[in-house]
Amino acid sequence: MSSSLAIEPELDEAPSEEPRRADWLGHGRAAGWRDFKALPMPHRLDEKWRFSPVKDLDLSVYNRALPVPPAVREGLIGRCSGLAESAGRMVFANDHLVEREVYSKELARKGVIWAPIEKAAVEHEEIFRRHFMTQEVVLGSKKFAALHKAMVKSGVFLYVPRGVEVELPIEVFHWLHGAGASSFPHTLLVAEEMSKVTLIDYFESADADAPGFACGVNDLHLGPGANLTYVSVQNWSRKALSFQINSTVVSRDASALSMNLNLGAAVARAESVSRLVGTGGRSDMLAVTVASGAQQFDQRTLQDHQQPNTTSDLLYKNVLSDKARTIFSGLIRVEPHAHRTDAYQKVRNLLLSDDAEANSMPGLEILADEVRCSHGATSGQIDEEELFYLLSRGIPPPAAKKLVTAGFLNEVVERLPSRAVKDKLRGLIEARQ
Amino acid sequence: METDNATLDIDRTVGDFAYPEVHVRDAGVGLAPRTVNYISDVKEDPDWVREFRLKALEVFESKPLPTHWASKDLEAIHFDKIRYYLSPGTETKRSWDDVPEDIKKTFERLGIPENERKFLAGVEAQFDSEAVYSNIKKAVGDQGVIFVGSTEGLKKHPEIFRKWFGKVIPTGDNKFSALNSAVFSGGSFIYVPPGVKVKHPLQAYFRINAENFGQFERTLIIVDEGAEVTYMEGCTAPKFTTATLHSAVVELVAMKGAKIQYITVQNWSPNVFNLVTKRGLAHEEAEIKWIDCNIGSRLTMKYPGVVMKGRKARGEVLSIALAGDGQHQDTGAKMIHAADETTSNIISKSISIGKGRATYRGLVHVPKHLKNCKNNTECDALLINGQSRTDTYPTITVRGAGNAVQHEASVSQVSAEQIFYMQQRGLTEAQAMSLSVNGFVNDLVRQFPMEYSVELKRLIDLEMEGSVG
Repeated sequence: MSSSLAIEPELDEAPSEEPRRADWLGHGRAAGWRDFKALPMPHRLDEKWRFSPVKDLDLSVYNRALPVPPAVREGLIGRCSGLAESAGRMVFANDHLVEREVYSKELARKGVIWAPIEKAAVEHEEIFRRHFMTQEVVLGSKKFAALHKAMVKSGVFLYVPRGVEVELPIEVFHWLHGAGASSFPHTLLVAEEMSKVTLIDYFESADADAPGFACGVNDLHLGPGANLTYVSVQNWSRKALSFQINSTVVSRDASALSMNLNLGAAVARAESVSRLVGTGGRSDMLAVTVASGAQQFDQRTLQDHQQPNTTSDLLYKNVLSDKARTIFSGLIRVEPHAHRTDAYQKVRNLLLSDDAEANSMPGLEILADEVRCSHGATSGQIDEEELFYLLSRGIPPPAAKKLVTAGFLNEVVERLPSRAVKDKLRGLIEARQ
Repeated sequence: METDNATLDIDRTVGDFAYPEVHVRDAGVGLAPRTVNYISDVKEDPDWVREFRLKALEVFESKPLPTHWASKDLEAIHFDKIRYYLSPGTETKRSWDDVPEDIKKTFERLGIPENERKFLAGVEAQFDSEAVYSNIKKAVGDQGVIFVGSTEGLKKHPEIFRKWFGKVIPTGDNKFSALNSAVFSGGSFIYVPPGVKVKHPLQAYFRINAENFGQFERTLIIVDEGAEVTYMEGCTAPKFTTATLHSAVVELVAMKGAKIQYITVQNWSPNVFNLVTKRGLAHEEAEIKWIDCNIGSRLTMKYPGVVMKGRKARGEVLSIALAGDGQHQDTGAKMIHAADETTSNIISKSISIGKGRATYRGLVHVPKHLKNCKNNTECDALLINGQSRTDTYPTITVRGAGNAVQHEASVSQVSAEQIFYMQQRGLTEAQAMSLSVNGFVNDLVRQFPMEYSVELKRLIDLEMEGSVG
C-alpha cells in the first residue's frame, strides 16, 4: 500500500499555471495537500475501515489526467446518454470542461447559477466559500477529502435562488479517459429557501477496462423548505478505484432525496452523511448496488439528527454475484435534545453466488428521548417460491432470476419522484445485470 | 419526558455489606510474573498450568486496551493497584457448617444455602479468589456428574479438563481473556456424562468482599452426548469507592445432541468493571443457550457467543440489560456458524434510565459454502428519560447464497400517554412506569426458568417518581 501519488509533482506547480484561480482556492489546495500528506493511510484496525480492502488502496499507479484530444472529446460527448429532456448538461473529460449546454432559458432568467466550479469560485466567491467543503468528513476518508481539496478542478456549482423551481433535471457527465488517469469531480449545490431542483451526476470511463482513480466530493446544502433530488450514477471502469464523499445539509422543513446507483469500479467506497440541522427536515438516502466479478463496494452512512422533529429514511439494496463483496456500515445518530426524531435504516443483501460476501453493520446511537428509530438488515437468496411462480409460467431460469432481482432493486428506484429518472435508472440496472 | 429528576431504585442493597478481610493468602498489589508464580505456588499448579499462566501474562501485556471501539472508561482501571489473589487459605468445604463463620454469614444473607435446599441440584460459592463451598446432591453425583471448582477440576480430572481448557476461548482472544488466563482462580468445572439429564439447576455464586480486588474465575462446562444441564450464576459485591475488577472466562462444550442452558444474573455494585468472555462450542445437533441479565456494575462488556461447529447445532442468546445512572451496559452476542443447517437466535432488550447507557454489540458470521444457516436477531431498547443513551452496533457477515440472516432493532420509550392511561385508571405513576418496563421485558422473562423470572421481576421493580413530564 502506498499513499504517494504519481501526480504529486504536477500539483505543486499547479497554482502558478492558472493565475485566474481565486487565491483562497489556491491556499485551500496547499492546505489540502499538506493534510493529505500528514494524515495516515487507513489501517486495517481502524474501526471506520473495518472489512475494507485497505491494502488495495495503492495510489502510486495513477497519473494526473491530461486533456483529451478533440476527436476523443467529440466521441465522449456523443456517448453521454442522459434523459430525453433536461434543463441543461455539462460534460467533463479528464477533469476538463468539454461541453456546457443550457436547454432551458428559464435558468438564467430566474437567477439560477450553474457554472464549472473554477469559474464559480471566482465569480461567486462569497457564496461559494460559504459552502465549499465546510462540512467535517466524519466517516473515515479525511485523507481523501484533503486530496480532493488539493486536486479539484472539475465539477459544477449549482445555485438555485429563493422560491425558484427548476422543472427538468440538470445533468453532469464526468468521463475518465486513458489508463491510470485520475479525476477529482466536485458538486456544490446550494438550494435556497423553498426552491426545488433535481441534479444527476454520471461518472463514466471511456474504456471499460482501463485502470483509473476517482476521488469525488459532493456538498449539498438545502435552505429552509427546499426540495432536492440528487442522483449519482457511478459507472467507472471495472478496474477503477473510486472514493466518493457525500454531504447533505438539510435545514428547517427542507427535504432531500439522494440516490446512489453503484455499478462500476473494482473498489468503490462511498461515504454519505445527512445532517438534519433544522426542525421538520427530512432526508431520504437510497442506494442500489449491482456487484459482480471481484468488485468490492464499501458504503458508509450517517443519519445525523441534530434538531427535534426531523426524519430520515435510508434504504440500501445490494445484489451480489460471483466473488463480489459489499460492506455497509450505517449509523443513525440522534443528538441530545433532538427529540421526536423519526429515523429508519434498512439494508438488504441479495446473494446470488456461493462466493459472494455481504457485511452489514447497521448502527444506532440514541441520546435523545421520544424518538422512533429502527433499523433492519437482511441477507438472503432469491425466494424459491417467487422463482417457482415464474418458472411455472414458462419463464426460463436465467430470465426468472433476472426478473426477481430487478423487482428486488425496483423497490428502491420506485422511491424517486420522477418517472423519467426512474426509467433511466431501471434501464441502467437492466443493462448491468 | 425531559425532566431530569428520574429516580430508579433497583434493589441493589441486598449485596451491599462487607465483612473484615481474613485473608491468609494474598498475592499483593499489582501484576508481574511473581504475582502469577505466587498464585501457581499457592494453588500447587502442575507445570503446564504455570507455563500457560506466564505465557498468558505476556499476551496480556502485549495487547492494547480495545478503546478504539470500546468505552474509554476502561482507562480508569489501574492494573497496578489491583490485588489479584486473596483467599482465606482453607480447603473448599462440602458442608456449610465447615465454612468460616463470616463467609457463611455472607452467603446466608444472600440466601444461598436456603435456595440450595429448595431447588438446586448443586451449589458452589466463591468468596474473592477461591471456592469456599461446593456440593452437589448425592443423587446427581451418583449419576457421574462432576461439579467442582476449577482448581480441583484440573487436578482431579486432567484428562477431561486439559482437553477443552482454553480451546473454546484461546488466551489471545482478547486482552481480558489473556488476563484471566494468567491469574485465574475459582470458577466451576462441570462434566455431565452421556445421556444424563440434570433435572435441577446447578448454581455458582460469586462474591467479592475485598476492596481493590480483581476476581478472575474460570468456568469450564462439558456436557457429553445427549446430556443436559442448566447452570446459573449470581454475583454481588459491596459498594466500595474504588474500582473493582471482575474478569471471567467461561467455556462451554456441548457434545453431539447435548443441551446447555447458562443463566447469569449479574448484580455487581456500581464500582465493578465487569469484563467477561463467554463462549460455547456446539457440536452436531447440540444446543447452547445463554440467558444473560445485566443489572449491576459500572461498565459491563460481555458478548456471550456460540460457535456452531456441528450440523444442525443451535445457539441462542437472550439478553436483558438495565443501565441506570453512571452505568454502561455494553452487552450483546456472537454467533459463529461453522456448519450446515445451523440456526441461531439473539433477542436483546435493554433499558436506559437516568444517565445510563445501554449498548448492544453483536456479531453474526456465516462463512463460505454453508447451506441453510439461519440467524434471527432482534434488539429492542427502551429509553426512560431524556438523558439516557442507547446504541446498537451489530456486525453481520454472510458469504454464499444458501443462508438467511435478518437483524432488526428498534428504540422506543415509555410514552406520557401510556402512563396517563394507566394513571387515570388508578395506578400511581410509579406503578404505571414499573408495569410498562415489566411489559417491555415480559415476553423474554417468560422464557426464563420460574425461579429466575420471579427474581428478575423483583429486581426490575421500579420506583419511579416524577419521571414523566
